[in-house]
Amino acid sequence: MPELQAEWIDLFYLVAAVLFILALKDMSHPRTAVRGNLLGSSGMLLAIIVTLTDHRIISFEVIIAGVVVGALIGAFMAYRAPLTAMPQVVAVFNGFGGGASALAVGAALEEALKGGFVEAVDFQFTIAAVASGLIGGVSMTGSAIAFGKLQGLVTERPILLPGRHFLNATLFTVCVALGVWLIADSDPSLPFWLLVAFAAALGIMLVIPIGGADMPVVISLLNAYSGLAAAGHGWVLNNSVLIIAGSLVGAAGFILTALMSQAMNRSLPNIMFAGVGAEVASDEDSDDVYAGRVKSASADEVAMLLDGARRVVVAPGYGLAVAQAQYAIHDLMDLLEERGVEVEFAIHPVAGRMPGHMNVLLAEADIPYEQLREMDEINPTFRQTDVVLVFGANDVVNPMAREADPSIPIAGMPILDVDQARTVVIVKRSMSPGFAGIPNPLFAADNTLMLFADARVAANELTAALRG
Amino acid sequence: MEVFVAALTIFVLALFVGYEVITKVPPLLHTPLMSGANAISGITLVGTLVTAGAQLTVFTTILGVVAVAMATANVVGGFLVTHRMLSMFRDRGDRA
Repeated sequence: MPELQAEWIDLFYLVAAVLFILALKDMSHPRTAVRGNLLGSSGMLLAIIVTLTDHRIISFEVIIAGVVVGALIGAFMAYRAPLTAMPQVVAVFNGFGGGASALAVGAALEEALKGGFVEAVDFQFTIAAVASGLIGGVSMTGSAIAFGKLQGLVTERPILLPGRHFLNATLFTVCVALGVWLIADSDPSLPFWLLVAFAAALGIMLVIPIGGADMPVVISLLNAYSGLAAAGHGWVLNNSVLIIAGSLVGAAGFILTALMSQAMNRSLPNIMFAGVGAEVASDEDSDDVYAGRVKSASADEVAMLLDGARRVVVAPGYGLAVAQAQYAIHDLMDLLEERGVEVEFAIHPVAGRMPGHMNVLLAEADIPYEQLREMDEINPTFRQTDVVLVFGANDVVNPMAREADPSIPIAGMPILDVDQARTVVIVKRSMSPGFAGIPNPLFAADNTLMLFADARVAANELTAALRG
Repeated sequence: MEVFVAALTIFVLALFVGYEVITKVPPLLHTPLMSGANAISGITLVGTLVTAGAQLTVFTTILGVVAVAMATANVVGGFLVTHRMLSMFRDRGDRA
């Protein structure tokens, strides 16, 4: 390949960095987002091609082998995974990215010790290597555990080991000490590899005590970490495109993390360390709340309610994803709209297992995005709503969140005010509590009917009953 | 030290650009935003290519190839899955 001068390489990297910024900018509207993704991938392709002109590359065979294997894995997962599994898929890719940064920084260190390409193992080099090794290691194993929890390979409930805070603090202290060792004396690479190993252990320990419902926050935080690990890699190599792209992703991850925490009215430390969701309400607690006042209804009865309604709002939750009910709900929506009923969807910011998860699922079933309403937008309209259909959501419609009692795990969380509608129909398979592990007084409210069924079966039955 | 400060400058400015650009993304698109941003963080691939191809030692070559494969999976998978999701978002006009 013809060799480019360093200045030219940097100029092409600048073009790639601009394309990344434009890519994220285009994500601000569904109409431009597809173009944005294409811009981002073009920027990546440009950066890769320019890098391959580097004179230090003596053989392309191993590069091609690595690229082919990686591309096959990536493409296979991207096309084979159902959209309900998007959170897991993003977690896996994220783990790959973080792990790659940690390994690559280690390799750069080994090269430097062999008198390789780096001019000097200076302060910038070692401190960036320490940061990438720590963050990359945590992000790799943390993402793997997040994947396991979302895929059901590891229990979704928090695993609370005794003395875990002490253990985590010790692991972190060891990581810092190894980092100081590397910065003080970078001759052997041993402290770096030990650091990666301890960081990997820390990643596992940090994610296992977090419940499945808090995974949206964890995934966006780990996403931020893998971005920062890439930026650290850029500092090690003195490569501006890595620094820019890495910090953009870091910023994206931290902003989303902050938005998710706000949407649950919880602090990040509370989400990360409190082990919320470990306790599940006993039947006795639940009996106090429900006190035999729960009314159940058949699909035919609910269909009659829908028949006379002018405005219906659907509030989807993770149960919709599990049941793959999005297409059945689209059919129901079409039928209602044919009869002149106004139908909208109320999307809580933390519904599902990832920020915006519900929007993707409903888009998959061809539901126009204009009908997907954010919480603040739709909450004032529930008073004018005849029927709310809650499909597989629980904690995000639990009125107990309005109470100030700090012993309630969801206290202060903004919720969808579905209880203000004339009738609320809860489609749910059983009375089991949501991830917060507490009973939901909404189930026993005077204007609530329970329709005990799987979300997809219920949507199909409602459609059939309305037609019949 | 000059290089360090230059790199720090780029880093801090990029964080601000990221903040400004990303706060304008509506919650509707947060999942594709996350997977798209995730694909961009696979830029670490650029740094791994030279390591894998330079073959300084056997150890660095092995590290390089593994890192290339992982980063490529991140990049290719990330952009493809983002494209797959984004192509599903339709407005009312597209439905007929």
